[in-house]
Amino acid sequence: MANSLTIKGVKDGLLIQVPEGPWDQALESLMATVGEQSEFLQGARLALQVDQRELGAADLGSLRTMLAEHEVTLWAILSSDDATQSAAADLGLALTLKSATNEPLDREASIDTEIVGDEAILIKRTLRSGHSIRHPGHVTVIGDVNPGAEIIAGGNVIVWGRMRGVVHVGASGDEEALVCALDLAPTQLRIAGQVSISPSRKGKPRPECVRIKDDQLVAEAWQVKREK
Amino acid sequence: MSAQIITVTSGKGGVGKTTATANLGAALAELGNRVVCLDADIGLRNLDVVMGLENRIVYDFVDVVEGRCKLRQALIRDKRLENLFLIPAAQTRDKTAVSPKDMVKLSDELRKEFDWILIDSPAGIERGFRNAIAPADIVVIVTNPEVSAVRDADRIIGLIEAEEKGPARLILNRVKPEMVRRGDMLGTDDILDVLAIELIGIVPEDEQVTVATNQGVPVVLNPNSRAGKAFRNIARRLSGEDVPFESLDGRDGFFGKITKLMKAGGQG
Repeated sequence: MANSLTIKGVKDGLLIQVPEGPWDQALESLMATVGEQSEFLQGARLALQVDQRELGAADLGSLRTMLAEHEVTLWAILSSDDATQSAAADLGLALTLKSATNEPLDREASIDTEIVGDEAILIKRTLRSGHSIRHPGHVTVIGDVNPGAEIIAGGNVIVWGRMRGVVHVGASGDEEALVCALDLAPTQLRIAGQVSISPSRKGKPRPECVRIKDDQLVAEAWQVKREK
Repeated sequence: MSAQIITVTSGKGGVGKTTATANLGAALAELGNRVVCLDADIGLRNLDVVMGLENRIVYDFVDVVEGRCKLRQALIRDKRLENLFLIPAAQTRDKTAVSPKDMVKLSDELRKEFDWILIDSPAGIERGFRNAIAPADIVVIVTNPEVSAVRDADRIIGLIEAEEKGPARLILNRVKPEMVRRGDMLGTDDILDVLAIELIGIVPEDEQVTVATNQGVPVVLNPNSRAGKAFRNIARRLSGEDVPFESLDGRDGFFGKITKLMKAGGQG
C-alpha cells in the first residue's frame, strides 16, 4: 500500500491510490486533495484503489455523495477485501478497471507491444480570445491558440500551430510537465508553480519545447538529434 | 424579394462600425439596391446622426417592437438616395427593450421589401450584440490595425462561430499605409495571421470621413475620397463582384501583396 495519495490518468478517468492508515485519515486526505484541485477534477470519473481495507456500503455511499458535491463521479472501487467488494457491487460500482494499468501481472503473457497511455483531449480548431480549455490530463491542439485564450492542463500541452495565449501545464503540481508548439510565443507560460513571460522573438519561429530544468523554465528548440 | 442581412460588429468601440454601416448602406443603394440600415445600438444611437437623418425621427425601432407604430412608419427615407432607408434606435431606452427574437421577427418582415438589411451592432458582447447578430446572414467585423481592436475582433469571431453565424468577414478600417510601411502599425498580414477570416476590404485613414460624419453625408457620396472608394468596393464585393484590392499608396508592390494576403486569409 502506498504511503501517499497518488492520482493518475487511466483510460476511463482518473485512478486515485488512497494512502495507508485508518480510513478516516485516508478519507480526509482524499477530500482535501479533491477540494484543492476541484478545478481540475470537476466532472472527472474517479476509480479508487483502497487495497485490502474493509469498507461497508455506508462508507462508500457517503464517499460517493461527498465526491458528487465536488462534481466528481465515483465509478469504481478496487479492493482485495471481499466485504468491500460486495459493498461496492451493491452500490453499482465497478470492481475492476477495463485497462489493466493496476494489474501488471496479468499482462505477463501478452507480447509487450501495447503501450498504455494517459488520458488526453484533442482540440482541432483555433482557440480564440476568450476561449478556455481546462483538463486534468494532457491537451493537444491542432490549430492556433490566440492571445486572450487559455489552456490549463494537469498534464502536458502540445500545440500544432502558434501558441500565443496563456498556458499552464502541470497545473496540479506536476513539475515534469512540458509545453511544445510549432511557434511558441505565449503571453504567459506556467509549469506547476513557476511562471514566465516569453522573451521577445528573435528571428523566425521554430518548434520549441519548454520544461523545468534545475528549477528554471528552459526553452529548447525541437530538433531531431542525429547520433552516430 | 428576400433581403440578405448583414450585421456590422466589432467588439471594441470606436473602430468605425457606424461609419461602415452608413457607407455600405449608401454604396449598396447607389448600386441600385433597396437598402435599410437598422440601428441596434439602443440608448446610444448614432447611425441617424452619421446619415444626417436625426431631425426626421418620429418613431423608432423599439416603438415598432412594442407595437406603438407600424414598421412602415419607422422607416426614414434618406435625403439623397431614394432607395436607402433607416430604422433608428430608441435613445431613451436600453438594450433590454428588445430580444434576439424580436430582431429576427422584425428582420423577417423587412426581408420582403428590401435587397439588403444592414444592422449596426453596439460595441461589447452583451445583450445588444446578441440582438444584433441574431438575424444575421452575414457578419462583417470591423477592426483597426491596433492590438486591442484585433484582440476584441478575435473574441467576437469566436462568439460568432459559437452561434454558427460564421464565417465572419473582415473590414480593416483606418489603415495608414505610410505607418505600416515604416513598421509602426500592424500590417494586414499580421492581422489576418491571427484572425484567419476572409478580408473584404481595407479602408485607408481619410480626413474626409470626419468631415462627412459631421455633415451627416456618407463619405461614399464623395467621389474624391479614398475611404469612400474603399467602401464602394466593399459593397461591390458583398454583391458578389470580384473587385481587386485598391492600391493604397500608388505603389505597384502594395497591390500584389494585398492580393497574396487575400488568398492567405481566405483559407482560414
